[in-house]
Amino acid sequence: MLEVLLLSLRVSGTALLCSSLLGIPLGVLLGLSRFPGRRPIVALLYTGMGLPPVVVGLFVYLMLSRSGPLGRLHSPWIPPLFTPGAMVVAQILIALPLVAGFTMMAVLEVDPALLQQVRSLGATRWQTVLTALAEARGGVIMAIIAGFGGIISEVGAVMMVGGNIAGQTRVLTTAIVLETRKGAFDVAIALGIILLTVSLIANVAMLRLQGRSLER
Amino acid sequence: MKEPVYQVQGLVKEYGARRALALDYLEIWRGEICALVGPSGAGKSTLLRLLNFLEPPTAGSIYFMGKEFSAARPSMPLAWRRRVTCVAQRPLLLHRTVWDNVRFGLQLRGQRDGRAQVQATLELMGLTAMARQPAASLSGGEAQRVALARAMVLQPDVLLLDEPTANLDPYNVAVIEQAIQTLNREQGTTVVLVTHQIFQARRLAHRVGLLLDGRLIELSEVNTFFERPRDPRTAAFVRGEMVY
Repeated sequence: MLEVLLLSLRVSGTALLCSSLLGIPLGVLLGLSRFPGRRPIVALLYTGMGLPPVVVGLFVYLMLSRSGPLGRLHSPWIPPLFTPGAMVVAQILIALPLVAGFTMMAVLEVDPALLQQVRSLGATRWQTVLTALAEARGGVIMAIIAGFGGIISEVGAVMMVGGNIAGQTRVLTTAIVLETRKGAFDVAIALGIILLTVSLIANVAMLRLQGRSLER
Repeated sequence: MKEPVYQVQGLVKEYGARRALALDYLEIWRGEICALVGPSGAGKSTLLRLLNFLEPPTAGSIYFMGKEFSAARPSMPLAWRRRVTCVAQRPLLLHRTVWDNVRFGLQLRGQRDGRAQVQATLELMGLTAMARQPAASLSGGEAQRVALARAMVLQPDVLLLDEPTANLDPYNVAVIEQAIQTLNREQGTTVVLVTHQIFQARRLAHRVGLLLDGRLIELSEVNTFFERPRDPRTAAFVRGEMVY
């Protein structure tokens, strides 16, 4: 059970980290600048925010399978199907639009007049961007929470691309499905409680961080 | 001999089809307080944004201490830009403490040790007791004092003030006006003050200019402006007869 919990945390944690590293800068870029092609990207992002995980799973499955366009490259950078790496890829695709989309909305909430004032106080373009991000920090933390919520409890995609292999790709959600099907409801309930607890602890930690940052 | 800090020549600013500003010539002199008055929509705030190098002009040039800012040269080097700071009508503070707001500009300049300056500025503006408070908890007048302190601590060559005391109570107006005068007198800071309130212009400024529909109608020494205006529109404005 511990092994399942640790793999869940490792897969979702890695996916969340990657989604945040990519999604926060993307959200800031879309929130602060206007460029040709921005609108289609935003439309794509909004669609991505409501993407059914099974569809993501199917897409990643087709991409990474041996005969798929990425799978056939046999690159050490591309994880094969039924590995934790493939699950991370699927979860990144689920969390990235959530993190980027909510970050963009948070940055859009920052008063443009405030940013002009920041420029007037002698900020470079880069310093202005960082200040906008700092002003939007409450929303950015919400974006990370949304991303985390979207993947820690997700089952469709990890089941498809991970395969729920014991000791290798079995995570909390897929284990719950399996145990329920087996009729082992006590184990399933225990796993469910662990999942809820993990989610609760992570959210409380992030909300505390958000609260502290907003008190200043 | 007055030394110009700004020389504005043939300056035009258009937003789409709307012409917001068209100034043939304007000089701002080193060490003066120059007030620009006029009704809403006269182009006063637009002029301040241009003098702050935040937007390039559509045509014409601004020479800031001899350095050109124009449509052809739309960016002012950072070191020059940092010699000018603006305080807006709304305080526009960051979601940080009062102290961190005042320290902000110094931080942007990489000055780690600005303690003494921040402390002295807070004291001057009567904000010492609120230093650790979140800026969001301040009243309108206090917030505006923080906004002014945040600009003053940088000791800019030029301070641009856009209606700095609009909607404030008399106490805060007095504190802010006094700070502006002290800064001008003791540090020789050039101040360009945009205001609706002609009495404030009269109290603070050395020279006063009237802007109407984006044009500078008259710019003269304060007593001349109020007592012997050259232009009939200035006379009407001073008498409060101009309807807007």
